[in-house]
Amino acid sequence: MKGLRATGAEPRVVRAPAELTAATGVVVPGVGHFDATRSLGAEWRAAVRDAMGRGVPLLGICLGMQWLYAGSDEAPDVDGLGIFDGRVRRLTGAVKLPHVGWNSLDAVSASSLLDGVDAGAEAYFTHSYAAPVGADTVASTEHGDVFASVVERGVVAGMQFHPEKSGQVGLRLLKNWVASHAL
Amino acid sequence: MLCKRLIACLDTRDGRAVKGTNFLALRDAGDPAELAARYDAEGIDEVVILDVSATVESRRALAATIEAVAARLFIPLTVGGGIRTIGDAAAMFDAGADKVALNSAALASPALIAEIAARYGSQAVVVAIDAKNGDGSQFVYARSATTPTGRDAVEWAREACARGAGEILLTSIDRDGTRTGFDTSLTARVSAAVPIPVIASGGAGSREHFLDVFTAGRADAALAASIFHFSEESIAGLKSYLAARGIPMRSPDHQITRSPNPPSC
Repeated sequence: MKGLRATGAEPRVVRAPAELTAATGVVVPGVGHFDATRSLGAEWRAAVRDAMGRGVPLLGICLGMQWLYAGSDEAPDVDGLGIFDGRVRRLTGAVKLPHVGWNSLDAVSASSLLDGVDAGAEAYFTHSYAAPVGADTVASTEHGDVFASVVERGVVAGMQFHPEKSGQVGLRLLKNWVASHAL
Repeated sequence: MLCKRLIACLDTRDGRAVKGTNFLALRDAGDPAELAARYDAEGIDEVVILDVSATVESRRALAATIEAVAARLFIPLTVGGGIRTIGDAAAMFDAGADKVALNSAALASPALIAEIAARYGSQAVVVAIDAKNGDGSQFVYARSATTPTGRDAVEWAREACARGAGEILLTSIDRDGTRTGFDTSLTARVSAAVPIPVIASGGAGSREHFLDVFTAGRADAALAASIFHFSEESIAGLKSYLAARGIPMRSPDHQITRSPNPPSC
């Protein structure tokens, strides 16, 4: 909220799916276990899909980004929205988990989301599960595996790190998202 | 590549930052919100606030302090000191903390770690371990290093991790405030014993001490107070020194460049 306000946007927390009909942009934040997305039931899913259908931009952050995939090995019986291809899996390799701290964003494809952000600029991550690099990947990051750290398809975008905790780099990314959709 | 983190610690009491030596002899170090904002501007990677208030009245003032600090920070903020229940933790998260650091309460009732992790996620739970040398082992102390628990630091770190801690904040009581260097051997032992990140604390006095703790000490992050409070070492200078020696650091020079093309609308 604080991060979005810093970009000039006027965010508010919605508590019922019906409130999304008035939104000009939707942010799905979130930290924690994938199982927590279970509470985003059929009504929420329908409301989010309906907003997307109307061209309302959607930004998923951290767990909110993971929710945009088909599902996660963290809670195999809970379905994600399935907007992006692939499945969220636990990071592997001889690295510490959770992946906590500042890691670099390596540009994979052109996007206005990365406007003004230096190549290799760092963002703050805290997670153990991540999505694979795919056709919609804008930036990737390496921790054991190389995974998708910024994704975008049409009006839907995701960031695996926490832009609101990533200093000036994070604020610029949020500002780019707000600006690119004229929110 | 994941960067090593430099974390500034603000010990607070009654809404002011203070700093002691070996957990004693506190002296005033300024306004927490001012200090935190200064560190953020200078490129610190995280801020930790450890409240050493003793009374209920000053504990209530802590939430106001956290709110004032959080309002000016866009980097992670951890709060510790006197968090005994999930309600205490909730008050800190509500005030703007991203993580809480548990110490004495986790030792007294280890189930608190899992309780907070279940509601807020492991990434929000840091278990702080204060350890002191004795007979070749490192023993855990509670209640601001005043109460020996008889527990081995490495074993307690393993248990904390198993119960859902997302990070370990490891302080050497012997080194705290002495500026004689981190306890790299203690840090390396704990870091090797747990799969989660370990933050080394206690004893930072020079650039070389940070280099030692990131290499020999295998620390994922290093926390310091005095060396930053009294401006003896610039954060940018310290990061440049470490980066030149192969330690991955978030670059304080990563300025956001003005886009040649304004974002399309």
